[in-house]
Amino acid sequence: MEITNIPGTEDTPQVVLNKADGVFEISGRSLPEDAAEFYEPIISWIEQYEKQPNPTTSFMFKLEYFNTASSKLILDVLSALEAVSGVKIVWYYHEDDEDMEEAGQEFSELVDVPFEFKTY
Amino acid sequence: MKYIYDLHKTMLRQNLILVYEGEFTQEVTKSVLAMAERNMDSFGEDSSVKRKVFNVMVECLQNICKHAESFDVETYGKNNAIFMIGKYDEAYVITSGNAMPNEKVPSISRKLEEINLLDKEGLKELYKSIIKGSDGLSPKGGAGLGFVDMARKSGQKLRFDFEPIDEHLTFFSLKLTISRVKGAGGD
Repeated sequence: MEITNIPGTEDTPQVVLNKADGVFEISGRSLPEDAAEFYEPIISWIEQYEKQPNPTTSFMFKLEYFNTASSKLILDVLSALEAVSGVKIVWYYHEDDEDMEEAGQEFSELVDVPFEFKTY
Repeated sequence: MKYIYDLHKTMLRQNLILVYEGEFTQEVTKSVLAMAERNMDSFGEDSSVKRKVFNVMVECLQNICKHAESFDVETYGKNNAIFMIGKYDEAYVITSGNAMPNEKVPSISRKLEEINLLDKEGLKELYKSIIKGSDGLSPKGGAGLGFVDMARKSGQKLRFDFEPIDEHLTFFSLKLTISRVKGAGGD
């Protein structure tokens, strides 16, 4: 499957989706002007991946900050991941960032996917 | 040229560390955020306070980018507005002001009043009900979550005011406070 590797910018996160190496991650800041446009290819990629996924998939979110428009799209990414068998979300948050921890917990209550929480 | 000195004194008196007046775009948003971040970094602001300020700023600035109406597009650009940050010993005060069409005032006012009636748990429930709602983003790319998120991150009531401009427009002012005191905020 095609590898997605989008470098991060000051308002968009770094995205790596690599089936062969088993690396799936979204990290950094997400406050794009058009969140739907940014996340659309990521969601399409997951919809393709879901047809022939690896036996297990650890999908990592390591976000420093995201805006509310992104939060809606992150929920769409998580909803797309619900269809992937053997998937697990690894939600990283900075150890003193209670808001990011809480955001992860709220997402975990909204979708039917196992979450693991880790600090950095 | 006395207005320069007067403006300068006003800024000092109001403890304003940053004022931007003009057209708002994503590029302006990024620059204003970078300036505020540098300012907070320069005196070693607590990282959790910094994150909350950044968060509230983003929602406030992006609201303006999407919704502010111009008094006069030819003279002032398309979504001319004012954005300010005041820094006090105990809090940051983020304020914004922009024109909006009169017909939008009742719905915005109702939304803000509704948010101000909610406690921490109530805000969380409202946030979750909006985010899982079937509506996607609005045509302008908003999630309808900005004000709720500002209230949650600031942990304080949203202060707002509407000042009539003319038969089409109203000036909307919004004031958000972020405590610098550890353990403050909440309700």
